[in-house]
Amino acid sequence: MAVAQDHATPEGRSSSPFWTIARRDSLAGFLFIAPQLIGIITFVLIPLGLVFWYSLHEWNVLANTFTYTGAQNYQMLMEDTNLLEVLGATAIFSAGLVVLNMSLALLLAVLLNQKLAGITIFRTLFFSPVVVSLVAWTIVWGFLLQKNGGINGVLLLVGIEGPNWLREETTAMISVIVVQVFKNVGLNMILFLAALQGVPNELYEAARIDGAPRFKQFRRITLPLISPTILLTSIITIVGSLQVFAQIAVLTQGGPGMSTTVLVYYLYQQAFQFHLFGYGSTLSIVLFVIVAVLTFAQWQMRKRIVFYES
Amino acid sequence: MNYHSKLKSAVAALAIAVPLGFTGMAHAQDAVNLRMTIWSANEAHLKLFNEIAAGFSKDHPNVKVTYESLPFDTYTTALTTQIAGGNAPDMAWIFETAAYDFVNSGALFPLSDTLKATKDYNAEELSATAAERWTKDGKLYAYPFSTSPFAMFVNNDVIKAAGAKTPAEMIAAGQWTWENALATASAVGQTPGKGGLIVRDFNYQVWQNLASVWNGWGASPWSADGKTCTMTEKPMVDALTTIHNAIFKKKAIPGPGENVDFFAGNAAMTITQISRASLLPKEKPFAWDLVPLPKGPAGEYALIGQAGIGVMQAGKNAKTAAEFVAYMTNPENSAKLSQFFPSARKSLLNAEVLKKTNPLLTQEQIDKVVIGGIATGKVIPGHTGFAQIQQAVRSGLDAVWRPDADIAGSLQKICGQINPLLKR
Repeated sequence: MAVAQDHATPEGRSSSPFWTIARRDSLAGFLFIAPQLIGIITFVLIPLGLVFWYSLHEWNVLANTFTYTGAQNYQMLMEDTNLLEVLGATAIFSAGLVVLNMSLALLLAVLLNQKLAGITIFRTLFFSPVVVSLVAWTIVWGFLLQKNGGINGVLLLVGIEGPNWLREETTAMISVIVVQVFKNVGLNMILFLAALQGVPNELYEAARIDGAPRFKQFRRITLPLISPTILLTSIITIVGSLQVFAQIAVLTQGGPGMSTTVLVYYLYQQAFQFHLFGYGSTLSIVLFVIVAVLTFAQWQMRKRIVFYES
Repeated sequence: MNYHSKLKSAVAALAIAVPLGFTGMAHAQDAVNLRMTIWSANEAHLKLFNEIAAGFSKDHPNVKVTYESLPFDTYTTALTTQIAGGNAPDMAWIFETAAYDFVNSGALFPLSDTLKATKDYNAEELSATAAERWTKDGKLYAYPFSTSPFAMFVNNDVIKAAGAKTPAEMIAAGQWTWENALATASAVGQTPGKGGLIVRDFNYQVWQNLASVWNGWGASPWSADGKTCTMTEKPMVDALTTIHNAIFKKKAIPGPGENVDFFAGNAAMTITQISRASLLPKEKPFAWDLVPLPKGPAGEYALIGQAGIGVMQAGKNAKTAAEFVAYMTNPENSAKLSQFFPSARKSLLNAEVLKKTNPLLTQEQIDKVVIGGIATGKVIPGHTGFAQIQQAVRSGLDAVWRPDADIAGSLQKICGQINPLLKR
């Protein structure tokens, strides 16, 4: 109130001042969020709007033509014979990645949540791939996965003739998933580790006194109490899995056949290799809708799977 | 200072500043910065290009030419991304496979008039077959500055160590055929740690480089008018069956996912362009040879790769850029460029000039491989919308690169995929 009174006119006019406390507060609030808001508007909302606008056009970069075609690109989407295969590869990749990444991350977190000498060395080791350059990591794995590469060399030492990892449909998809899991499992592991360390010890003590076995303690105490972190990591991992690009570009270029052509790689091909920027934008809209629906669905599911929220 | 003095000072300042400002503007308007995207980052190449640019700037002091090296593998993608982003270069190198896309789309500024108007340019001596892909409605849209034949580099040391016949011996005996070439490759390929024949850069993806093999069978991926897929026809099925047997039965060609480097001395033979002679090892050299491609069932043949320089229609200084291209490719500069990029100018296609520019090659190699290759060679396959067709064929051929492949069936599927694209 004092601030408002300072702005009262000397003549004592009864009209209320423009800068009321509420207005000042909201201005301060807007100023605080302005950097983030400007960033989101510039780098998310405007490009999103533009992508939708482009999806309604045929944009021939070489001929420098930009023609409004209405829903033609969306019709092309419906008639695209490759799309089902691409969506299938995307689903297999995402499902494989999420299941493997989450379970491995949880397993590692549980194993590393011990008070043992030197345990931090192991935590650092498992986390270190997260900070390695993604492309460098993938290129090295590309060499290891060659037919005459390091992995088959090791297998040969124990008398096994390894497959041609990146040239067969099943093993190519498995390879791409595993390379991605090893790269990022450390991040989820650290999040799980933090959550595990937040579980009060008394609960385990009480359970032990009641005679609950270790697995039951894990299922009844640990899992419910770390469920918010499970939700968070699952959203991050699923969204991340839908955005995979560099690994595919470096390791398989979408092959063999179309077996590892996931949606992001497919839209990159359409826009940047085939110069079909309009159709590429249409595929971006599809990706946006898929990510939005999945995130919304997971958020809705939190009532069922998250047992408490702070 | 009173009001009037202030006013006087301000007017005087303006009187001095305004003409100066206009002079600056006039100078800025005259300055022309031209940028050319290229896929070479080779120091020797750049040194020569910069010399040529400096030569042009002598007559055109307001023009500055810079070169931007983009990565070879993603060159066309990076170039079109620049164009899409409104940052098109003034001039660009163009791959022969992408030539139809650039020439037919209207992206390029026609060069014919500028070349004809350039003194002593002698445009008529450019071989018509070399210019064919870069010409539309009688106008040249990009200058094919590099016309480089594919040939077979040979490592005689590893061939002799495997007890096989060298290509030179086979040529002397009149037996230089694909059948015999693959027999030699197979003998070396079965030695542990060695590879037989490598079609360089093919790597089970850049399938158009296989034209260096299948042209010997008279095979072609599509008809001469480019409208119909011809991959199901007998020459292509026979050629791919031979290649498949060479990979999976005879071990004459390293299989998918196997990395063998010819220039490190690990393979018997490699098919590549003659400019790759610069990769031959200086330390630990091996006894190498360069021979023409072997004779196929359809007879003798040659294949050439090309690169063109085009001027972007979208550029603000297209006319000046065209003048620079005319200068860069005039007879004098073409002679300089031909030390790296074989020229399609007839006056430069003689043994004397080529010997000077390719000191590593013998007279016989130049006659047979370079002059013969450029004179008779077909250009690597290309088509409008090539990137999409390339991807569809690459994806379809993955089914062929398996030991148990159904070659005819896979080719049938490929034709089903690309026929609609060819007809566009």
